[in-house]
Amino acid sequence: MSRVEGYGRVDRGRTVTVTVDGTAYTGHPGDTLASVLLAHDARPLDTSIKYGRPRGIGAAWVEDPTGLVQIEEPFPEPMVLASTVEITDGLVARGVDGQGRLSQVADVARYDHRHVHCDVLVVGAGPAGLTAARRAAREGLDVVLVDDRPEPGGTLTGTETIDGRPSREFVADVVAELAALPTVTHLQRTTAFGHHDDGLVLALERRTRGASRQRVHRIRAARVVIAAGAIERPIVFEDDDRPGVMLAASARDFLHRHGVLAGREVVVCTSDDAAYAAAVDLLDAAAAVRVLDARSRVPEVWARRCAERGIEVSAGTQVRGTRGDDRVTAALVGEERHEVPCDLLLVSGGWNPTVHLFTHVGGRLTWDPALGAFRPGTPLPGVEVVGAADGVFDLAGCLRQAGGPDAPHADEEPGEPTMVLWRTAGDPARQFVDLQRDATVADIARAVGAGMRSVEHVKRYTTIGTAHDQGKTSGIVASGITAELLGRPIEDLGTTTFRPPYTPVAFAALAGRARGDLYDPVRTTPIHDRHVAAGAEFEDVGQWKRARHYPRVGEDMTAAVLRECAAVRTSVGVMDGSTLGKIDVRGPDAAVLLDRLYTNVMSSLKVGRVRYGVMCGNDGMVLDDGTVLRLADDRFLVTTTTGNAAAVLDRMEEWLQTEWPDLRVRLTSVTEQLAIVAVAGPRSRDVVGAVFADVDVTNEAFGFMSWQDTALDGVPVRLARISFSGELAFEVSVGSWYAAAVWDRLLEAGRPYGITPYGTETMHVLRAEKGYPIIGQDTDGTVTPHDLGLGWAVSRKKPDFLGKRSFARPQNQDPRRKQLVSLLPVDAATKLPEGSQIVDLAEDGRLPAPPVPMLGHVTSSYHSAALARPFALALVKGGRERIGEVVGVPVAGELVAAQIGDTVLVDPEGARRDG
Amino acid sequence: MQLIACPWCGPREELEFSYGGQAHVAYPSDPAALTDEQWARFVFFRDNPKGPFAERWAHSAGCRRWFTAVRDTRTHRFLSVGPLAASGSGATS
Repeated sequence: MSRVEGYGRVDRGRTVTVTVDGTAYTGHPGDTLASVLLAHDARPLDTSIKYGRPRGIGAAWVEDPTGLVQIEEPFPEPMVLASTVEITDGLVARGVDGQGRLSQVADVARYDHRHVHCDVLVVGAGPAGLTAARRAAREGLDVVLVDDRPEPGGTLTGTETIDGRPSREFVADVVAELAALPTVTHLQRTTAFGHHDDGLVLALERRTRGASRQRVHRIRAARVVIAAGAIERPIVFEDDDRPGVMLAASARDFLHRHGVLAGREVVVCTSDDAAYAAAVDLLDAAAAVRVLDARSRVPEVWARRCAERGIEVSAGTQVRGTRGDDRVTAALVGEERHEVPCDLLLVSGGWNPTVHLFTHVGGRLTWDPALGAFRPGTPLPGVEVVGAADGVFDLAGCLRQAGGPDAPHADEEPGEPTMVLWRTAGDPARQFVDLQRDATVADIARAVGAGMRSVEHVKRYTTIGTAHDQGKTSGIVASGITAELLGRPIEDLGTTTFRPPYTPVAFAALAGRARGDLYDPVRTTPIHDRHVAAGAEFEDVGQWKRARHYPRVGEDMTAAVLRECAAVRTSVGVMDGSTLGKIDVRGPDAAVLLDRLYTNVMSSLKVGRVRYGVMCGNDGMVLDDGTVLRLADDRFLVTTTTGNAAAVLDRMEEWLQTEWPDLRVRLTSVTEQLAIVAVAGPRSRDVVGAVFADVDVTNEAFGFMSWQDTALDGVPVRLARISFSGELAFEVSVGSWYAAAVWDRLLEAGRPYGITPYGTETMHVLRAEKGYPIIGQDTDGTVTPHDLGLGWAVSRKKPDFLGKRSFARPQNQDPRRKQLVSLLPVDAATKLPEGSQIVDLAEDGRLPAPPVPMLGHVTSSYHSAALARPFALALVKGGRERIGEVVGVPVAGELVAAQIGDTVLVDPEGARRDG
Repeated sequence: MQLIACPWCGPREELEFSYGGQAHVAYPSDPAALTDEQWARFVFFRDNPKGPFAERWAHSAGCRRWFTAVRDTRTHRFLSVGPLAASGSGATS
């Protein structure tokens, strides 16, 4: 046991049991997995990914390049740092060799998001962050303070003095003052992991109470204060990867936070003052300590403190390597590689400001030779960097910088400047730079030897800095060693780019509640429940759930669709068409607008009549189609395809606002307000006539492409003679509230005729038999109305409309353009797969050697009940001129012969339309 | 996620907006009078400057109104936003 009495802020009155690699360990609330393992002198956790070398705990927080564990219980989490896992009873973990394991079952925990707006966001609750937050709060500003560790105070161990009192009292005072203010939100265990444009910071909170396990705070701050501190920098030497080698400040952290002494026989090797604090504190906690300072001058104040305690300090002395099996047993010191026994080798090569959040938003770094570190350069608007993150490494300076006029006071500590020491002399192949990636100085030398000159290239060549820690300790060291090898100053090389996230974030947290049913909104029609009850299979059309077909027991989709098709062609069927886009176009200039948007004339449409219309882009390609009902002189109802409803409305708005703001027209989406039921088939007149007894549904009184208003039990209903199947058909539209009731009435009235609900798949077959294209299925943005055989819907009279000018291009007149035709497989049996290519049929019936010229492709393909055979629609080069010809379609390695035909395969005379 | 200042709603997140390409490309007054090349230039060709660029934006998930903005294409910063000119502000397709 390496617990030290009188140290640490863990709750020793309570015991927590965890299991690591099959062994049970006890710790206390406030411990991390790492501190528990150190307290028990546990075996090394892992072996390294490439060389199988032992790996242990290398640091006390997120910068640890080793110490990875797989959490098994309470829920599997791969590759998390033992140093960052707070222990809870029943926690089960094991070391991971390189790769973790994702859970095979769904995570039942909740994750959520919160939007936060504030005047000032302070990142980091160390001395600088607390002081900055207090200052802003005292100005009456809305302040959010986030800090990634479980408790505030940053690196303050309690041994420091602020305003004449122990530093932990200062921390408690500030926290209490902030807690009393309603304008301040203070969150611990909350990592600001990404900093984006205009003060947007994403922070991940690991919650210990509440309904969700983790929460992403989307914080939009007018000012962002980065007080993220600094990360200690290792020095690279031979076998520096051996467990027992640790960052100096981390050993201090384990002692003061957890009361754990990470070693009894300690060697501290440093090129910086801060490591002396570790030496002194560890000695005071009853370890044997020796200090090796690479610098020739030892700081006076520390020399005295060491002397008082009998700590031996060797100036101008470097560590060259280590000895040991599973963990370090000796340091090799100086040129003679003199063996100094130890079980803990602490390293400090100075500090690197944690500049990640500054660089995320494009902040540039500048090399500070006095610090031997990169620090934030030119300030960014709305961003302030204070304390160690700005390269201010002494407590007095941090408080002064962050605190303004009433800054707290700490005594100045005179010291010696840091010496930049990237590595000591030794075998480069055994000098580990990135311990997680097993990448050494030799790897960097190899990269440089291969011609790499940029640190970004060296990173990718060596993989240094690409592990879970993203090079928090190895990145700058790799830059420094690369610079040395190239014989260039490090400031010329700079650092690799720091990108969000600062620490790994689970996808579950990013997804928040937007998973499962909440992943994407589901839109259902007001008749949806009826389809469910009828056993419909649904298909997704955008966000809509549409009934695709209604299989009966034992039916597959083909059988169900054939039955539904036959019902419509021989008797009557009903379909829910409520998902169609519907736009109410109103105003004195409504007709003018539609004339400009549609290829055909809409202004000549009479009130009470319906017209089919096509919309094209300026490039003359078909964008959408639908019907237009003229409701009044100044009012139209436009329908769009289901998938295009929003896009068509947007486009109409765009032209209205940007090109034709003089037109007095208002556009309103009524897609959700109006339900549509299509009643189709030779008996549809009987059904509609029965339900709406007061309407004269004869062809004379109610002609094709006209509409009439009526009412059902006082509820307004509109009937329209519109057919998408070629059969006699009515569209019944009614306010959504009453749609299900109308559906029920129609089914009831249709019972004598065997009325059959049919789905979108059946609708597709019926329309294809009539050669009606579906925009987006039979078209792809390169198809004109003329290509589709819709030239009749393109006005020659109108002086202009969107797309008209493009129709005059010679390319549009080219008879070799792809045109919509039908394809009938000659064997009358093969259903050609949609998307199949179409080629010339060779004499021998085989696919010739490539290249094979493509004639086009199959756009729609179905079994037809009416034709009693499969058929297809296809876009074929010069297709209309080739009607009657036989072409080849490669299907599963065989060339299937298919005959090109006219698009209208059922009732070409249109005799069925009027019943 | 950038903030974009809608002239009517004030600063809102980028996500609420849609992009409409170069501003002030008016629909030709008489397309029939244009040569094929002139027409193709109108339909397909747009400037792509490095620096300030007058663009059309729509506050699609907000007030649904179109406006013009000058954006620096090097920094993505919006230099100014304003309502559309009376007409002829250009539509894309």
